[in-house]
Amino acid sequence: MLKILKYSFYDLIRSRWSYVYFLFYLALGFVLLFLNNDVSKAVITLMNVIIVLIPLIGTIFGVMYYYNSREFTELLLAQPINRRSIFMGQYFGVAGSLTMSLVLGLGIPFVLYGLLRSNAIFDFSLLLVTGAFLTFIFVGLSFVIAISNENKIKGFGYAVLLWLFLAVVYDGLFLMSLIVFEEYPLDTFSLVATALNPIDLSRILILLKLDISALLGYTGAIFKKFFGTDLGFLVSMAILLLWTVLPILGLGHKAKRKDF
Amino acid sequence: MKIKKEHIKFILGCILLMGFQIGMANTWTVCATCENNSIKETIARATDHDTIRIEKGTYKEFEILVDKPLVIKGIGYPIVDGEKKGEIFKITSDNVTLDGLFVINVGVSYTKDNAAIRVVQSKNFLIQNMVLEQLFFGIYLEKSSHGKVYHNRIIGQAVDEYNSGNGIQLWYSTDVEVSKNHVQGTRDGIYLEFSDRITITDNTSVDNLRYGLHFMFSNNDVYSNNTFENNGAGVAVMFSKFITMKDNTFQKNWGTAAYGMLLKEINDAEISGNTFEENTIGINIEGSNRIQYHNNDFINNGWAIRVIGACYTNSFTGNNFLYNSFDISYNSKLNDNVFEGNFWSSYTGYDLDKDGVGDVPYRPVKLFSYIVNRTPETIVLLRSLFMDIIDFSERVSPVFTPDELKDIRPLMKIRP
Amino acid sequence: MTIEIEDLHKKFGKNQVLKGVDLTIDEGHIYAILGPNGSGKTTLIKSILGMVIPNKGQIMVLEKPIKKDWKYRKQINYLPQIANFPPNIKVKELIHMIKDLRNSVADETELITLFGLEPFLNKKLSTLSGGTKQKVNIVLTFMFDSPLIILDEPTTGLDPKALIRLKELIQKEKTQGKTILITSHIMQFVEEVADEIVYLLEGEIYFKGNIEKLLKQTEQTNFEHAIATITNIGSHA
Repeated sequence: MLKILKYSFYDLIRSRWSYVYFLFYLALGFVLLFLNNDVSKAVITLMNVIIVLIPLIGTIFGVMYYYNSREFTELLLAQPINRRSIFMGQYFGVAGSLTMSLVLGLGIPFVLYGLLRSNAIFDFSLLLVTGAFLTFIFVGLSFVIAISNENKIKGFGYAVLLWLFLAVVYDGLFLMSLIVFEEYPLDTFSLVATALNPIDLSRILILLKLDISALLGYTGAIFKKFFGTDLGFLVSMAILLLWTVLPILGLGHKAKRKDF
Repeated sequence: MKIKKEHIKFILGCILLMGFQIGMANTWTVCATCENNSIKETIARATDHDTIRIEKGTYKEFEILVDKPLVIKGIGYPIVDGEKKGEIFKITSDNVTLDGLFVINVGVSYTKDNAAIRVVQSKNFLIQNMVLEQLFFGIYLEKSSHGKVYHNRIIGQAVDEYNSGNGIQLWYSTDVEVSKNHVQGTRDGIYLEFSDRITITDNTSVDNLRYGLHFMFSNNDVYSNNTFENNGAGVAVMFSKFITMKDNTFQKNWGTAAYGMLLKEINDAEISGNTFEENTIGINIEGSNRIQYHNNDFINNGWAIRVIGACYTNSFTGNNFLYNSFDISYNSKLNDNVFEGNFWSSYTGYDLDKDGVGDVPYRPVKLFSYIVNRTPETIVLLRSLFMDIIDFSERVSPVFTPDELKDIRPLMKIRP
Repeated sequence: MTIEIEDLHKKFGKNQVLKGVDLTIDEGHIYAILGPNGSGKTTLIKSILGMVIPNKGQIMVLEKPIKKDWKYRKQINYLPQIANFPPNIKVKELIHMIKDLRNSVADETELITLFGLEPFLNKKLSTLSGGTKQKVNIVLTFMFDSPLIILDEPTTGLDPKALIRLKELIQKEKTQGKTILITSHIMQFVEEVADEIVYLLEGEIYFKGNIEKLLKQTEQTNFEHAIATITNIGSHA
């Protein structure tokens, strides 16, 4: 598996898109820091970018990579390599290279700016950690979708729909249920509903670390009480990990049974 | 002629004598090694209009009663240490001046509001250049009037509301001037209850547990050029009429239940030229009518203005709303409140006739803020993509937010 | 016996592609698997390679069942039909990579010279023409020394010179006692290289035997015509 990973990763970090992605983050980091001059404000803007863009890019990149490398995959399948290793290798290659673009792209300007001496370093690391999680989650989901759909257009469509659902529709349904059931105590419900969607979970985790969390008022206090503790933090990391592991398992399962 | 001369001599003598009598007002010096080494005893010995000079040193005294018109002046900030035994100065006479003392260790009590300096039913007092530390209540004016509290420094270390007192408290007092004081670390920095015609200027009130400034049932007061920063909940103006609030700065009151200013049941007030910066809520308005808000700056607040309950005939003109998460939040009808000629940083309209006024009205209420008002729990969707999308669509074609709530003459350029 | 297939069934959705294939491939021969489009040739080959998982039946490669195994593929060299390689890798790197992945010794230098690929070694695969890619594909397949070689449409895009080289290569492998499976649409090529013909029709083996037997059964003198008229044979092989 490590060999496949190595080659996929190698292949990807030399592709134009990785550069574009990397340069995008680099530019974003520099622009935010040197025009804004405020690390914590930059973190807020980055959060908006990260929770929307990372899942979308992860999804599209994952699906594209899978379909584009299908013939190569077949070549690999004929080699004496375990099937699971092939797909895991490719998956980690894609997710890894995207994560690297993110971490380096944002990391370089922040380090140059003097982040290491700033106390925003924890917020920033959290940003990168959730960003990495979201990358792994959405690349994984897109791989599962792609491996389940021979038809490229269909696979692409499903992947984008999935992104749309988790990034937008889910919150719409969430909002509607909050309004419909406003008579009832909703704290536990909103806590659970937030934790179940990796995008919402990441958003809240980052928000709670920032000053802006004061706007969350009473509800925010409850969230802070939960997510602010070590246990809550561990639980949310566990949920993100679960979201990462489930698609990987699904991928392994699908890979074993799939005909090429 | 001779008689006349005698007469004149007598009159002159009388005048001289009187002058001597007045000039006879003694100056007493208190110091550790002096004959007078106790403030209390020296006050007892002094007569009306005497001056007591307190030399540098530490005086462990409390419950010092000033019951005659005196000038009590510290030289080089002598320390008056109450050893936490009770109140330190109590003024019950008119025309008393306290100047330049360092007063520490007021006794904390759960039954008595012990103060470092208490003024009871007195007129024409002057309390200036005092430094108060380790205190419960700082300066407590009780049924007093026509006095001045000037240039004092009050530093508390309040931790809990139930066992801390207020920095400067006015209770049933009128015509007092409170200026250039610095109050920090108390419960309420400055507290007014049933006190009218008070002028509060150039004070700074920071890091107080509850409010930087707190009005209750006090009318016709003016406060201007003060700075209120990082207080537990900001400034509260409640149940009062005809208050003028000008050129103050309210900043960094940031917390789940904090605001720059809370208005509750306030009528006929004027709020102008103030700066509200980085507060969770700039102004929280409950049931307040006929208030003019003009030329204020609202910068980087969570909510610039939040209106709760019915508020009638308020007008918002010429204000700058800059980079607030939410400009206005309303949970009731507009009730003939007017927004006109303000600058809104999130305004995206255009000005074809170049008259400096946008041609398209600005709607300051976001759909999200409307929804949050309805169902507070929905705030968890703050900064989600879904909310951005529906806010955008609502801005393009309003369906839910009140149609009449708009600034029909939004400024194109920031008011300088 | 190199390969032994018993009662192999495979369904793609509702489409029954293989309907009970029994086939034995003996060592040291060149087999051509032929059949019209959709007859199940590729599915059969992919089943042997483990890329397609059969619904029913058993496949033995070198006396071992291949189910849930992947190490047996070390004994197979496979040339896929359409060679689409990762675009950002250079030819040299690809060769190195496959060697690395298979973890076995290979001798590619001779093959590279044989197909004149030296000028392309440092080029990225995305810049190569179809024919050149196919040459790279061939190098990748033949550089390993394995007892079984499977070639899926090996002639695609090759120029006449390269085609001759390929034929020579196949013969050379045969003389080394290797078993070779080929699918091709070029009948002339098949006729030249194949010892045995396996004809698939609608998921079953319709004919198996050498060219002589085929010509006799179809009563034709020309191989190409024989294949075209093979379905006229009354009885199965």
